[in-house]
Amino acid sequence: MFDTPSPLPPLPGVGYKPQHYSAILNDPAPVGWLEVHAENYMGDGGRPLAQLRALAERFPISVHGVGLSIGGPERLDPDHLARLTHLVGWLNPASFSEHLAWSTHDSHFLNDLLPLPYTLTTLERICDHIDEVQEALGRPMLLENPSSYLAFAESTMSETDFLREVTRRTGCGLLLDVNNVFVSSVNLGYSPQDYITAFPMDAVGEIHLAGHDEDEDDFGAPLLIDSHGREVAEPVWALLDQVLKQSGPRPLLIEWDNDVPDWPVLAAEAQRAQAALSQGALPPSPSGRLPRDIFGQKKPGGGAHA
Amino acid sequence: MPEASTTEAAFRVGLLRADGAIPEGVTDGAGRPAGRRYDVYRNNVAVALREALETGFPAVAKLIGPENFARAAGLYLRRDPPETPLMMQYGASFAAFLEQIDALRGIGYLGDVARLELAMRRSYHAADAVPFDAGRLAALEDSTLRAARLILAPSVQVVRSPWPVLSVYRYTMLPDQPKPQARAEDVLITRPEFDPAPHLLPQGGAAFIDALRRGLTFGAALTAAGADFDLPATLTLLLQQGAISDLQTA
Repeated sequence: MFDTPSPLPPLPGVGYKPQHYSAILNDPAPVGWLEVHAENYMGDGGRPLAQLRALAERFPISVHGVGLSIGGPERLDPDHLARLTHLVGWLNPASFSEHLAWSTHDSHFLNDLLPLPYTLTTLERICDHIDEVQEALGRPMLLENPSSYLAFAESTMSETDFLREVTRRTGCGLLLDVNNVFVSSVNLGYSPQDYITAFPMDAVGEIHLAGHDEDEDDFGAPLLIDSHGREVAEPVWALLDQVLKQSGPRPLLIEWDNDVPDWPVLAAEAQRAQAALSQGALPPSPSGRLPRDIFGQKKPGGGAHA
Repeated sequence: MPEASTTEAAFRVGLLRADGAIPEGVTDGAGRPAGRRYDVYRNNVAVALREALETGFPAVAKLIGPENFARAAGLYLRRDPPETPLMMQYGASFAAFLEQIDALRGIGYLGDVARLELAMRRSYHAADAVPFDAGRLAALEDSTLRAARLILAPSVQVVRSPWPVLSVYRYTMLPDQPKPQARAEDVLITRPEFDPAPHLLPQGGAAFIDALRRGLTFGAALTAAGADFDLPATLTLLLQQGAISDLQTA
């Protein structure tokens, strides 16, 4: 009964919120697929599983885990991996993804995506964990780039080199979160365009977009917070255009997890994602490079979409 | 499996500590000490866990107010962080924790309100079950019924309290509810479809249901429920709410 799942379509998707259940079934356009957090569907029954079963009859589903702690030094929690294997087994989703991050310490789950240094030691650890997950699930997974608020002095590899090596060693795909790239680049002072140029785009099976908040650090430097609580910021849309020129159309998700708006607001973001995908389907410009000033747009909400 | 580096270890230990220490070896993009950048992670962890508790215990939060709840949750999440990544299960020991806070001792029913909310959450996520056809019960000979076992739906929960826990819960969460009167209340939680519903149990009802859950026969459960047990009211409630999923005759 286990068919090989079709991949996610290169269309806009949204992170599923139960309050949108009826609206999505009645008027999903332009949403072509849905993403759910794995851990919310690991109960024994009731409304969450009933809704997921009904949605899975209408939409390709992406299962996005937040609890495996792939980036942690401890071994993967065998109970949690078993729960995940069960969910992926019966749902047979189009995709499974997790994070380049950790969330469990001393068997305590901290409910956040926490960072790690990029070294040969952590590379080996991550690859071991991904091998274990892919073996348990019997399918390749996607690994998502994190949003960073700080750097580890001991890191010896760039994030893009680290991710490229992970895909090479494990055969996993990547989930490129463009908002995370922008947030990390501002917070750590590097060029997001250079990051995108260096990203192993062939491995990208899905793209994420989300909103962020603005704060500052001890020195008054901008510190962006990956809050998932508002519209996608203008510079992130601009960066997406660069991504799509490199990658071509890919499954493109809007994440909105806090202060979740009514369905029409989220659908409008998906509509804009659809427009970006159509635009990105055009052949790259002859120079093959983007103008360098796309990062120059300042505040979210200011100016027209490039 | 490769070990955590020194910085990683300090990073991990510091997250749930309230002393504000920043691990060495973490920086901004220019090599300066990370400072409050590390606090973003520490704050994210605390907020995410606190919000999970607020979602799980809305009546407790209303009873003591958001500031007191945030303070209690902040202590609790450091003492008892989640044991699994399933946030739907977080807070199993929250009721007992609340009862140990001196400043909250005056609100004697607070722990039982937390137990009621936890029970409703467990009911919400419990396995589905097809309700038992009540007609089968009526068709049984009395002696057959006494020797039979009633199987409860997995969503059935019971909370027993020396306080008017259900009245307090309703008074806190619903409009136009009568003021709670001082009395003990036993509460049955059922889930006819997807929404858990709490009901006041008649005299002896909790003991009867507890006996059924322990696998006792109908006759033995009647005995366990005591002389004042209101069988018709309890049985009607269980059957109407789809709380019985099967009947096994000897």
